[in-house]
Amino acid sequence: MIELDLVEGWVEPELAEEFPQLSLVHARVEVHPGKSPKELKQRLRMLADRYTGGKVVHMRQDPVPWAYRVFSRQVGIDPDTDRTPVEGVALRRLKQGGLQSENVVDDALTIAIAETGVPLVALDAERVDGDLGLRLARSGEQLGETRPLSERQLVIADGERPVAVVLGEVGEDAGVTPDTEHMIICALGVKGVPRISLEEALWCAAETLYT
Amino acid sequence: MPDVLDRVGAPLAPSTLPLPDERAARRTLLDQIARLEHELSQLFCSTWPRTDMPRPLVAGRGGGPRLLSLGELEELRDELADRVADSRRALSDRTWVEEQNRRLIEQMLLTPERYKWVRVSHEDIGEPGCRHVHVRPRFGLLGMLMKWWRVRISSGCP
Repeated sequence: MIELDLVEGWVEPELAEEFPQLSLVHARVEVHPGKSPKELKQRLRMLADRYTGGKVVHMRQDPVPWAYRVFSRQVGIDPDTDRTPVEGVALRRLKQGGLQSENVVDDALTIAIAETGVPLVALDAERVDGDLGLRLARSGEQLGETRPLSERQLVIADGERPVAVVLGEVGEDAGVTPDTEHMIICALGVKGVPRISLEEALWCAAETLYT
Repeated sequence: MPDVLDRVGAPLAPSTLPLPDERAARRTLLDQIARLEHELSQLFCSTWPRTDMPRPLVAGRGGGPRLLSLGELEELRDELADRVADSRRALSDRTWVEEQNRRLIEQMLLTPERYKWVRVSHEDIGEPGCRHVHVRPRFGLLGMLMKWWRVRISSGCP
């Protein structure tokens, strides 16, 4: 029986003013990174079989993927170039002819994203300081040690520093490594996505991890 | 109270909050962008399975996901509106041609001898697959001489 303690992250006032329904829900889970078990690979194969060209094309009209497309557009991203996570999974499936297993963490996130349409990121709980939330990057800030951030870029941050770009990559100093024992899964909520979808995404990822 | 004062990670209220009238303008622009994106998605889906239609792309603003300025939001809204209009016009032109081709198929079926050797593919009428409708003579050369024309519908993709 899995128990998840869902935590609502903070949102910077300026960001909340612009996007009133923007939210970050996260949960801490125990993890043993490594190769995916057979059952998980099988689940990934079954998931891949459900995709067709027509379904992928029409995915952008489904409420949840559409909400993230709109949000991408509103923050200056072209969702046809930098795909939203759920469309990214679908496109990967079409290009590769299947969903290749990578490792237990990535596979669990892929399954949860594909099933719910909600973008998820995983962070190493031991490498995150303080509460997680959403804010704008400040002048001169970096993601990890090498990736400079533009000012007013939307980031997921802990009490000290940005740990991931919203709908983008995770900093190398906060991501999950083979030595990670506890990780934090974060789900991004935007206008048009009900809270239950975020919870479902987190539960789905956690449940898949313990398959 | 001390908990609140000592809270780790609480973001500071920035000093550059937009003015109240700008907030209303930004909200309107964000709503318009959402509506236009919806229309663009609908138009894109309407073009399926046509593969040679112009793609309704509107470039990103650069610099990753960020809070856009009022000017950038206006520019984005205008670009999206232009692209929606372009896509709608292209789809309308295309469906008009497809309608003409459907009528041509009907005419071919009614009077094949008036449309000798005419060939219309499924792509020409906006349908998936590689099936085509072709007016050909029955029994080859003999059919040509005797004017025995008929419509052949191919069985589809090889």
